[in-house]
Parts: sequence; structure tokens; C-alpha cells
Amino acid sequence: MKARQIKKQNSLINSIKEASPYYLMLLPGLILLIIYKYLPIYGVTIAFKNYNIMKGILGSPWVGLEHFEKLFGMSKFYQMFYNTLIISFQKIVFQFPFPIIFAILLNELKNQRFKKVVQTVTYIPHFISWVIISGIFIDILSPSTGIVNYIIQALGGKPVRFMTDPDIFRGVLVVSSIWKDFGYDAIIYLAAITTISQEQYEAAIVDGANRFQRIWHVTLPGISSTVIVMLILRLGKIMDVGHEQILMMYNNAVYDKADVLSTYIYRVGLGNMQYSLTAAAGLFQSVIGCIMLFLSNLFAKKMGESGIV
Amino acid sequence: MKTKEVYMEKLFNIFNIALMLLLTLITITPFIHTFAKSLSEEYFVLAKKVYLIPKGFTWASYQTVLRNVVFRSSMMNSIFLITVGTGINIIITILCAYPLSRRKSFPGQKVFMILFIFTMFFNGGIIPTYMIVKNTGLMNKLWALILPNAVNPFNLIIMKNFFMSIPDSLEEAAEIDGASKWRCLFTIMIPLSKSAIATLSLFYAVAHWNSYFNALMYITDRFKYPLQLYLREIIISVDSAIDGSNAENAPTLGVKSATMFISMIPILMVYPFVQKYFVKGIMVGAVKG
Repeated sequence: MKARQIKKQNSLINSIKEASPYYLMLLPGLILLIIYKYLPIYGVTIAFKNYNIMKGILGSPWVGLEHFEKLFGMSKFYQMFYNTLIISFQKIVFQFPFPIIFAILLNELKNQRFKKVVQTVTYIPHFISWVIISGIFIDILSPSTGIVNYIIQALGGKPVRFMTDPDIFRGVLVVSSIWKDFGYDAIIYLAAITTISQEQYEAAIVDGANRFQRIWHVTLPGISSTVIVMLILRLGKIMDVGHEQILMMYNNAVYDKADVLSTYIYRVGLGNMQYSLTAAAGLFQSVIGCIMLFLSNLFAKKMGESGIV
Repeated sequence: MKTKEVYMEKLFNIFNIALMLLLTLITITPFIHTFAKSLSEEYFVLAKKVYLIPKGFTWASYQTVLRNVVFRSSMMNSIFLITVGTGINIIITILCAYPLSRRKSFPGQKVFMILFIFTMFFNGGIIPTYMIVKNTGLMNKLWALILPNAVNPFNLIIMKNFFMSIPDSLEEAAEIDGASKWRCLFTIMIPLSKSAIATLSLFYAVAHWNSYFNALMYITDRFKYPLQLYLREIIISVDSAIDGSNAENAPTLGVKSATMFISMIPILMVYPFVQKYFVKGIMVGAVKG
């Protein structure tokens, strides 16, 4: 028995020796990973301390849950959490179905050249940065110099303050988000549609199904598993509300309804240097996000999909 | 009965084509509008007379942009990011993906894999990361935009899966001939992975070109701004000028449009290749990831 154990240990040591080039290759990436991804996880402990720049992370005094108490005591905090959920929810409800319907209708086009052109054009905005897209939207929605309001006024209406009216602003976030990504998001669904066998369509035609019935009974079921996986992935990212977009587009007038945790952390944490408090907020956000991800993954597995973990 | 069905089909087709056309126009019109403004005399832009065609055709806006020193340096900075930055991204991604793809001959593969994947689900948050970046001396340096996110776990998985799809027999044959693991990587794996490498390079490069949030946090010197951060400054300053607070030095609307358009040009130039590789990349990622 002992001989076998020794032999096993030897062969483990041997395989490690043989694999030494592999460890060397992994080293740079691993070092960067540890420094910039794992050390910050340790650094998150400042959420439980009163961070003092002089004393550094290790030297700062522990204060336990004090920052979290303060956070949960701020009515502003609930407002921001609510904003995060509402904006994310609105994005999911309106933005999620759009690429699916678009993919299905696009697939029904007979002229392949036209189809290619539509595809090509509609996924350009995805590759353009939020800085540029926000610039464009701020520009055309401006009450004084914007084209959209010019048209509204020409039709007899009053200029709409798209970017400064808190209630309308959320709509702008959702619509611009749809505009930017619907073409690109449709790619996955288009790919899924191509995997549906032609025979099913032919059988449906033989059975007398018209266009709508073919879509309903062949196309939709064919892509249903893709749709479910994408939905679950999307729900898992519910805390990820697009801070790059919001940061570019928001302004004081709409803070109440558009400030979310990430933008708050950036503004107050880096701006006002309230490191510990915002680190606590960040931790809260990460934990919720993590939970959502695992829940959604669990849900996926229950529904028979393979999940992402 | 049959004529009604044919009629319905035709109606659907017409409706569909019209809808697709509308969506295409909605997508492209804002860009054309911006382009038109960038070539128009400022008077017409402010008077809201510019729609899709430039009025009072002038190159003035572009001239102002190209002469601007901060613009030029921000352009150089972004070019640095997409060359050196992407280069580092790809090199480190390949170096990590290769061992991770050797499941049988790499002890601890699972552990390392989990280490990388875990960061997709949970991270320290922007404040702790900011502090680490500060403490490692990367504040106000472009390296702060390259090193911390050098490896994207998602891309790592794509590369690793690609390596795994290359038949073992090739490597085994090479090892019998005495090739070292490094040799295998360079003479077998990399040459066979050109399309995956191209795809990931595009992913990384586009991300570098378009990102601004990290730069916003870490870069304070205006001459070290990447392009998008400079652009952001322009856009915000123009808005405050319209509201009347800082009207003198603010760039004109034409200049704003020109800067935006110039920032889009590299992406649009690369777009045909992007189409070819990106779409494939998504499908590879979706199917195998």
C-alpha cells in the first residue's frame, strides 16, 4: 500500500515538474489577477473600517457595521436602490423582446441582400461608445437646439425637456439603450433560428400553416431555449444598470430618479472621498449581484438548461 | 380562399420590408445628421436648419479639431491603448489559455480555472480597485487602463475552448519529436488559432477604443486623456455653454459633431472585418462558452 502511495506522490511531483513551463506561462496573468482582482476583494474590508489614508487599509480602525447602518439609514439609499431596480426592470421588459421580434421578422425577409444590409446597419451603434451616443442623443433631444423638439414645435407642441424631466429621462435611457443594442443582440437569435431545420417549415406548409402560424409553431419553439438562457443571463445582471450610459446622460435635475448605486459611488466616493461609505455601498451591490447570478443560474438548471457555471 | 392567403402573405412582406427600412433609417439617421452638422457653418447649425445635408459647407470644424493639441494627444493615447494595450491583452490571454486548456497534463488546472472565473461573478468594487491601482503607482498613467483588466475571463474561456478543439495528436507528435511546451505553443497552437486571435483582438481593441469610465477615475492629466474622455469633456462643455454659463471658450456645435465623427472613423473602417469575425466569435462563444 505504502509503495503505491509513494508512487502516486512521485508521479504527482513528476507531473508538476513536467508541467513547469505551464506554470511559467500562467504566471504573468495570475500575478495581475491577484493584484488587481483579488487584492481589492481584501480591500473591501474598508467597508467595515474608518478608512484613513495615513494609516492605510491595515491600520485603519474597525467600525463593524457602522457604515452599513448609515447606508441603510439614508433615505437616499433606498431611492438609489429603487432606481437601480426600476431602470433595470424597464430595460428588461422593453429591451429584451425587441431583438427577438426583430430577428424573427428579419429572418422572414426574402431578399438576402436587403437582409444583410439591414443587419449590417442595425448593429453599428453597438460598436460606438456611449460617449458618442449620449452626445448624439443629448444633441437631438435638446429643448433649444434639438431636432426632435424642433419637429414637435413645428407640429404645434411644446418643447419636451427630455433630459431634465426626471420622469421622461428614464424613458430616454431605455430607448437609447434599445437603439444602441437591438441589432447586435439579435445576432444570437438569428444564429439560433438558422439551426431550425427546413424540414419543419416544409412540414408546416404541407399542413397548411400560414406565415404567422409557421412563426408561432416552428420558429418560436425552435429558439425558446436560447431565449430562456438569454433571459436568465440578463436577470442575473440586474444590478448592472449601465452606469457608463447614465453617467454620460444624467445631470442634477434628474438625480432623484436616475442616480443609481454605481453613479453614486463614483460621485461621492471618488468625488467627495468618502471611501469607506461607498465601499460599503459597492459591497452591497456586488453581493446582491452575486446572489442574483447564482439564483438565475440555479433557475436555469432547474429548467433543464446547462447554465453558465 | 387561396387568393386571400396570397394577399395576406404579400401584405406581410410589404409590412415587413417597410418596418425593416424604418429601423435601418432610424439607426443611421442620427449619424448622418451629426455628419451634416460637422460640415456646416455654425450659424445654420444653431438656427436648426441642418437636417441631413450640410448647409454652408465648410471644413472649419474639422480644421479646428485637428489643430487642437489635446485632441491630438488623446488620439495618440487611444492608439497606444489599442496597439500596446491589445497586444498585452492577447499575449497574456494566450499564455493563460494554453495551460488552462491542457486539462490532463496541468495539475491544478481546475483551481486556476476557478480563480479566473470567480472574478466574473464577484469583484471588490470600484473603490477598493481604485485604491489598489493607486497603491501600485499607476495613477494618472495609461498603464492603469491596461494592466488591471489585462485578462478578460470571458475571452480567456473562448481562447481556451479553441485550444481544446485542436487535436491532441498534433501536440503529441511534436513532443515525440522533442519539442518543448513553449515550442508547441508557438509552432502549433498559435498558427492554428489565427481566427480566434483575430476575433479576440477585435474584442479587446474595440473595448479599449470605447471605454472612458476607467480613464475618468484614474487619469487626471488632460494630455493623457484617451479619446473618449476628451470627447466627453467636449460634450459636457458644449452643454453648459448652451445654458449660458461658460460661453466663451466652449467648442461650437459643429466642432462637437466633428470630434464625435472623427472618433467613429476607426471603428467604421474596421467594421467590415468586425462583421466577419465578431459574428463568428459570438457564435463560438455562445455554442461553446
